Amino acid sequence: MDWINLVIIPAVKSIVLVIVLLTGFAYLTWVERKLLGRFQLRYGPNRAWRFGLGHPIADALKMIFKEEIIPGHVDKVIYVLGPALAIAPALAMFAVVPVGPDLTLFGRTIPMVVADVNVGLLYVLAMAGVGAYGVILGGWASNNKYSLLGALRTSSQMLSYELPMGIMLIAILLMTGTLSLVGIVNQTLPWYFRAWILLAFPFYFITVLAETNRSPFDLPETENELVAGFQTEYGGIKFALYYMTEYLHMIAASGVVVTLFFGGWRGPFVEQAPVLGVAYFAAKVLAMIFLFIWVRASLPRVRYDQLLKFCWTFLFPLSLVYLAITAVAVVFL
Amino acid sequence: MPEGYLPILVMLLVTGAFATIALVVSAVLGPKRSNPAKDEAYESGILPFGDARRRFPVQFYVIAVLFILFDVEVILMYPWAVSARKLGVFGLIEMAIFLGILLVGFVYAWKNDAFKWQ
Repeated sequence: MDWINLVIIPAVKSIVLVIVLLTGFAYLTWVERKLLGRFQLRYGPNRAWRFGLGHPIADALKMIFKEEIIPGHVDKVIYVLGPALAIAPALAMFAVVPVGPDLTLFGRTIPMVVADVNVGLLYVLAMAGVGAYGVILGGWASNNKYSLLGALRTSSQMLSYELPMGIMLIAILLMTGTLSLVGIVNQTLPWYFRAWILLAFPFYFITVLAETNRSPFDLPETENELVAGFQTEYGGIKFALYYMTEYLHMIAASGVVVTLFFGGWRGPFVEQAPVLGVAYFAAKVLAMIFLFIWVRASLPRVRYDQLLKFCWTFLFPLSLVYLAITAVAVVFL
Repeated sequence: MPEGYLPILVMLLVTGAFATIALVVSAVLGPKRSNPAKDEAYESGILPFGDARRRFPVQFYVIAVLFILFDVEVILMYPWAVSARKLGVFGLIEMAIFLGILLVGFVYAWKNDAFKWQ
């Protein structure tokens, strides 16, 4: 067995990726607070260090040194397991997303992806599915009425929106013919297919908003009716892990969207300087994240019945129609 | 080919380790000052009453059942989607029949107000 290529290099890449993602998460909270502030004509965080850049560090330190409370009425094992089960898949989801073209380092060609498996997209869907368990188990184990309702809402919401999402992914898969995200970026589709894929982007983005529990679909944590939804009984680092999960889902979902719809790390002059690819990828992901925050700053939260009705009676049939047209086009073109 | 999935396993181990370390470090570093009020369920300030695991709206259950139904359909479509070009018109017709049958169920659920939240 090829230990270096299969274990050591992936381990190094995983650790680097996790560190990058966690730093990204910390500063994403800063970016979001700053942007929301600007959207609402206020300054946003500006106390700790310059431009408030010290806030994420202060937040992290505070969370680590908080008291660990496990209330008496909870299901202890599942209560602690919940946040861990939410964060691990959210971090791991990024493993199949290529962040750049192959780099040559110390005479070795290193692909800029942790694992190039040929079930890439299925893996992303699976990790998203496992992530839902963390939320649902945490809410159920809390044995609190708010938490339970929040968890139930999350389950229904995430299950419902997974359908149109999955169907749109199948349509994209029909055109690309591969599930591997590396394969999808490397391939060149005819212009009419690329235009057709872009047409699905607004609807795919809506399902992503719902899957990541982002505003306007942040029903799992509606402050005005459920306090904090499924995480009501969580505090300290366990709350922080749930909080991280939301942002990491956002980063990972942006990475997948960029890979599927906007050519991943592709851009001008990438062939000459492969490092540019990583920069393009980061820039595109940042643009997507800006879109997430923009939506949050602009739209009010939808009502729960509207949320489900919109999914089942609009998005689901629409995605089926999209799939049918794509299938006919792929077979006959 | 199964060893191609080893990097995924490595990644999962790393992320799992991160989650464990975060939980353990915080449990060690944080102060420990328990009191009875911290042990209670949070119910917006009123005294908590009863267990949270009581009856909840059946609608959540309906949605879950419908999801299982249609998600199985979606999963069956993945293998077809990868080889759609090879299967050609035959695969297209097969899939159309399969989808048609499921659509009847979908329309039935819709007509019975399964998606209407009461």
